[in-house]
Amino acid sequence: MKIDELLGRTGEWLRATGPMSDVVISTRVRLARNVSGYPFLTKATSDKRDELADLLKRGIQAAVKEHKWSYFDITRVGELDRQMLVERHLISRQHAEAEGSRGVSVSPDETVALMVNEEDHLRMQSIRCGLQLEQVWEEISGIDDLLEQRFEYAYHPRYGYLTACPTNVGTGMRLSVMLHLPALKLTNEIEKVLRAARDMRLAVRGLFGEGTEATGDFFQLSNQTTLGRPEEDIISDFRSEILPKVLEFEAAARQALVRERPVALDDKIWRSYGILQNARSISSEETLAHLSHLRMGIHLGRFREIDLKTLNELFLMTQPAHLQKQTGNRLSGEDRSVARAGYIRKRLNRE
Amino acid sequence: MSQCQRCKKAVATVHLTDVTKTGNRTRDLCDRCAHEEGYAAKAPPVQINEILSNFVLQAPQIQELAALTCPHCQMTFAEFRNGGLLGCPHDYEIFEQALLPLMQRAQDGNSRHSGKSPRRTDAPRDFQIELVRLRRNLEQAVEREDYEAAARLRDQIDSIETR
Ligand SMILES: [Zn+2]
Ligand SMILES: [Zn+2]
Repeated sequence: MKIDELLGRTGEWLRATGPMSDVVISTRVRLARNVSGYPFLTKATSDKRDELADLLKRGIQAAVKEHKWSYFDITRVGELDRQMLVERHLISRQHAEAEGSRGVSVSPDETVALMVNEEDHLRMQSIRCGLQLEQVWEEISGIDDLLEQRFEYAYHPRYGYLTACPTNVGTGMRLSVMLHLPALKLTNEIEKVLRAARDMRLAVRGLFGEGTEATGDFFQLSNQTTLGRPEEDIISDFRSEILPKVLEFEAAARQALVRERPVALDDKIWRSYGILQNARSISSEETLAHLSHLRMGIHLGRFREIDLKTLNELFLMTQPAHLQKQTGNRLSGEDRSVARAGYIRKRLNRE
Repeated sequence: MSQCQRCKKAVATVHLTDVTKTGNRTRDLCDRCAHEEGYAAKAPPVQINEILSNFVLQAPQIQELAALTCPHCQMTFAEFRNGGLLGCPHDYEIFEQALLPLMQRAQDGNSRHSGKSPRRTDAPRDFQIELVRLRRNLEQAVEREDYEAAARLRDQIDSIETR
């Protein structure tokens, strides 16, 4: 598969049809692994790095050979395409911007991405739409089993899977859920929830957007601890403690808005729609904020002008690299805002 | 310049207006407090670096530790302290004494793995992959005119290919 073929579709995780998808956008798990007998990448010469890339690429291709996976050699992928892979959550920003041999292997439906020579020799992820904790874990653990037959992993009886950074040692597992919490944000209760999440030793990050800022209503929660707690325990923390609370708070906040401030709520949703239908220049941050309101409106049954599929396409296609790939030009910030507004108007007004 | 309304210490750099039923409420917060309240101005600080710098201040035999060097990858503890990344899997044992308290702090007090482990640590190597590695090593040996190593590698390659 060529990278350009990705452009015409959205990855599985943006289908928005998974369980609890009114609040949970996606579930992702990532495993860090290193091959025994090699230094970590910090101390790998460029020869060693090439050797590792070659070794891992061949190992992955042999392990998944009956499926139609793609392998992208990142050193041969243009800057805009690398950025596009980041926007699709197939590689990390760090991986896009690093130097030296590195790559990524992607499953046909984009649920699995295996980064080669990132911070660790292997960073494997499974990402799916909605709340699918067990599914992503089983998928990535299965691939881990396949690869384990081909590589001897760096493993220590006391410390588990050895990673370049000691904050990943042990299981090497990072489980994350991306949440849409517009009502908690509108009712000013978000800080309470995020603080509770941090008390449960979770890392909280804002998501999307061009900068590093936490943009709007999207938050990612992930486990901080990788040593001492089995993978299944981390999963069950999410399943039975963390998520029920957050989902319940968001649901209560949405109900409160409907009950107490229905006009203000509809005003938010329909103003956002009006802006998106009419803007002549719009940043990705502002786009996101308005799409967030529409998404809430759709889930509350108060807005039916567009469906979730269109909404998710807008989420993805209005990000900088996707936008530029579609228009076929490299655009500066301001031109991008104009192109983005044009794209959105075309989609919403069916021009 | 206004003071942070939350910690009442730092200079407020983030100014927020919350629209509530009872009217607008403005809040002035410092970067840190704004972040802690979820109005993240920046990505959260890299935790390991914070732990490392705290650790450095507390460790008594710091000079001794800083000079520790891994014989396998030449990583020094001082270098790790600056970059936050280790050089090779051996470092976990070479730097163990210094790393352990640090890991415990980063890992919620835990210092022993529990969970998945490789099922087949004695798994037979994938010979195709082994061949790639050996051929590459062979090329390099020839390049540096190490004919002894080259001969040995060629034997290994032959033995796999005739299998
Ligand atoms: Zn403060
Ligand atoms: Zn080392």
